[in-house]
Amino acid sequence: MEETPSMLAKMKRLIGPIVACAALASAATASYAAEQYFGIPSSRVGPYAAMGTGYYGGIIDYINYVNMKEGGVNGVKLTYEECETEYNAARTVECYQRLLQKGDQKMVVFDVLGTPGAYAVIGRMAADNVVLAQYGYGRTDAADGRVWPWVFGAHSNYWSQIAVQMNFMAQKEGGIEKMKGKKIVHLHIDSAFGREPLPAMRLIAKDWGVTLIEIAVPAPGLEQQSQWLQIRRENADWVTFWGAGSGMNSTAITTAARIGFPREKMIYVTFGGAEEDMIPAGEAAKGTFVTANAVPGKSFPLVQDIEKVVYGAGKGNLSNTARIGTVYWNRGLSAAVMWVEALRNAQKMSNKVGKPVTGAEFRDGYEALNMSPERLKELGIEGLVPPFKLSCANHEGAGKFKMMQWDGAKFQLVSTDWVAPPDPKFVRNLIEESAAKYAAENKITPRTCQ
Amino acid sequence: MFYREAGQFRTSYAQDQQILPLWQDKLGMAAMLVVGFCIVPFFASNYWLSALLIPWLILSLVALGQNILMGYAGQLSLGAAGFMAVGAFACYNLILRIEGIPFLVALFLSGLCSAAVGIVFGLPSLRIRGLYLAVATLASQFFIVWALDKFGWFKNYDVAGVITAQPIVIFGHTFASPQEKYIVVLAVVALLALAAKNMARGSIGRGWMAVRDMDVAAEVTGLPLMRTKLQAFAISSFYCGVGGALFAFAYLQTVEPSAFTIDLSFRILFMVIIGGIGTILGSFLGAGFILLTPIFLNILFHTVFGKAVDATIASALEQIIFGMMIIMFLIFEPNGLARIWSVTKERLRLWPFSR
Repeated sequence: MEETPSMLAKMKRLIGPIVACAALASAATASYAAEQYFGIPSSRVGPYAAMGTGYYGGIIDYINYVNMKEGGVNGVKLTYEECETEYNAARTVECYQRLLQKGDQKMVVFDVLGTPGAYAVIGRMAADNVVLAQYGYGRTDAADGRVWPWVFGAHSNYWSQIAVQMNFMAQKEGGIEKMKGKKIVHLHIDSAFGREPLPAMRLIAKDWGVTLIEIAVPAPGLEQQSQWLQIRRENADWVTFWGAGSGMNSTAITTAARIGFPREKMIYVTFGGAEEDMIPAGEAAKGTFVTANAVPGKSFPLVQDIEKVVYGAGKGNLSNTARIGTVYWNRGLSAAVMWVEALRNAQKMSNKVGKPVTGAEFRDGYEALNMSPERLKELGIEGLVPPFKLSCANHEGAGKFKMMQWDGAKFQLVSTDWVAPPDPKFVRNLIEESAAKYAAENKITPRTCQ
Repeated sequence: MFYREAGQFRTSYAQDQQILPLWQDKLGMAAMLVVGFCIVPFFASNYWLSALLIPWLILSLVALGQNILMGYAGQLSLGAAGFMAVGAFACYNLILRIEGIPFLVALFLSGLCSAAVGIVFGLPSLRIRGLYLAVATLASQFFIVWALDKFGWFKNYDVAGVITAQPIVIFGHTFASPQEKYIVVLAVVALLALAAKNMARGSIGRGWMAVRDMDVAAEVTGLPLMRTKLQAFAISSFYCGVGGALFAFAYLQTVEPSAFTIDLSFRILFMVIIGGIGTILGSFLGAGFILLTPIFLNILFHTVFGKAVDATIASALEQIIFGMMIIMFLIFEPNGLARIWSVTKERLRLWPFSR
């Protein structure tokens, strides 16, 4: 037992300097007068790393861009703290609590880029006065702002997305009446995220006379042989794929290729279809369809300017600059644009121009988001996201997507215009129904909107 | 010198059978309970309470359950998270379907539900041992999570499958703030830890240890093998079930099967191994190590390096360091953190002299 004492001694020697360092560092981070603090719950390791590094890289790059280019928002410097969630619900709760308070400032917005994580914290938002920004993911019925004042699904959610995808299939098949008797497989990761589109999907399938087959893949989904054999046995016409993580997403393509399922009949979810998901599958990925809520590419003035200003100064967050303009990075960028626009609104609305705002003021600013075509052009992201406007009751916004197809090297847009579901009323009714059920179960009185 | 038992004589059986025979231990435990119940809730920040202390206490409880089965009864099991899921969903359904049921009663009953499931999945232990049993219990993990997902009744037909946990109401008072939740969790954990300690050092625990050390010999000496093994499974699952219900209600505030994956089962297994197999203290130390080290490393990296180092590299480094720490512990102290504590006590007793 001689090892133990020596090890203890070693530990003591190790711990001393570490504690001293931590104390020094925390003392050094004093705060400035006009600052707005953002919490960034990033996921940079594990199976979802490609998504997390790209998305949060885009957010951080835009925050730095606003500071460098405009000296912050009306002179208010944007600061941020990061916390690693590992795309894990329990760690997300820890990160949420850790990021909540920074010095004398409170976090105003939380964007966890994961439906399981969003569900884990969604109940805390109203009490803590924090906006939960679910950019195209998360709890869908939160689009009803009367029941969920603090949660936003801007600018489009999974139910709209599945409606757009199914409409796309109908177009390819030659009309909705031709869909009768067809078989659609919803292949999804076995989590809240994978199941989220199902309520809308089941109803549409029933309405159209389509056979819907739901097949779950347990996380991390690196082995899908049995699921794809089942797809072949069922002789499916289309597959909608709700996967997470590059490993799972590329495995689906390679397995589909192995059993000979045409990639032109596979439609990927926004969060499963990025360059990082297609490239590992190689040639096999050619032809795969993906829905986009933020268009990839470097043709946007803002993207080019960030590359010049931020990356030119060596302050870029991506270690691989080739990833500028990819799906995940562009999406993160537009998420941050919404944050900063909301902050601008909040400062104006609460007469606090040039001053930091509180969570409640930020919430009002977010709800007042009006991304008109003119504003998008001013921001330099015309065509990157659809124009949309939020309101007291409508926390979704556009509900529009573009379809794109992987050509083996990059994504080609299939539709030049943003596509809305054929019947937006249908999705909206579903949202209101589900939100009303939630309100009744949890004894929430929905607020009234003019 | 600091930890001297000289002069502390035990003159009766009652004194000899105390949990904490030394006055130093009594004082230490009393001080810990006073700090835990009276000082921590008032001085710890919400972050410490709701993000660190509550999950630590709950996972300690689950690790304790795993330790009873693995450390004391010697039955290698991999289904801890599955039994947690049973507890969480049982608690949700009990509160949902029985009007006005007190939370603590629901908590106890969900532990019993979990124990019943544990007995069923413990049946293979009568025939198989060691690694083979571990594989058989792995089935429980997958089956339970699958069943909870598959049958909508368990989730009250919730579309997304992630349910908001009901508030914790005891005697008409809603325990909502982190302080209140912490008190509830701490009370439950302290009570169950005391029960575990007493079981482990009493006849029940001796039965388990006899089975662990050699089950044939235990049977020959008249110990009913089936009852002892199933008892260990039941009690272990009870602890996991109560822990799972607390994990869902006091920590996550949501009830969903995907919170209780195989990943969590493995983490609980590691907590027991790192903490010290067959020790009560080890469950707490192991849970603390596995749960809190990655968080502290993350905080440390962000405060020390700030934004100077690429956050992706920092996150990866944290995992590397955490992995190295586990390997180091296993090499230098295979008996776990609890063993380090007992060695420390030994040294305190001899101080300033060394062996």
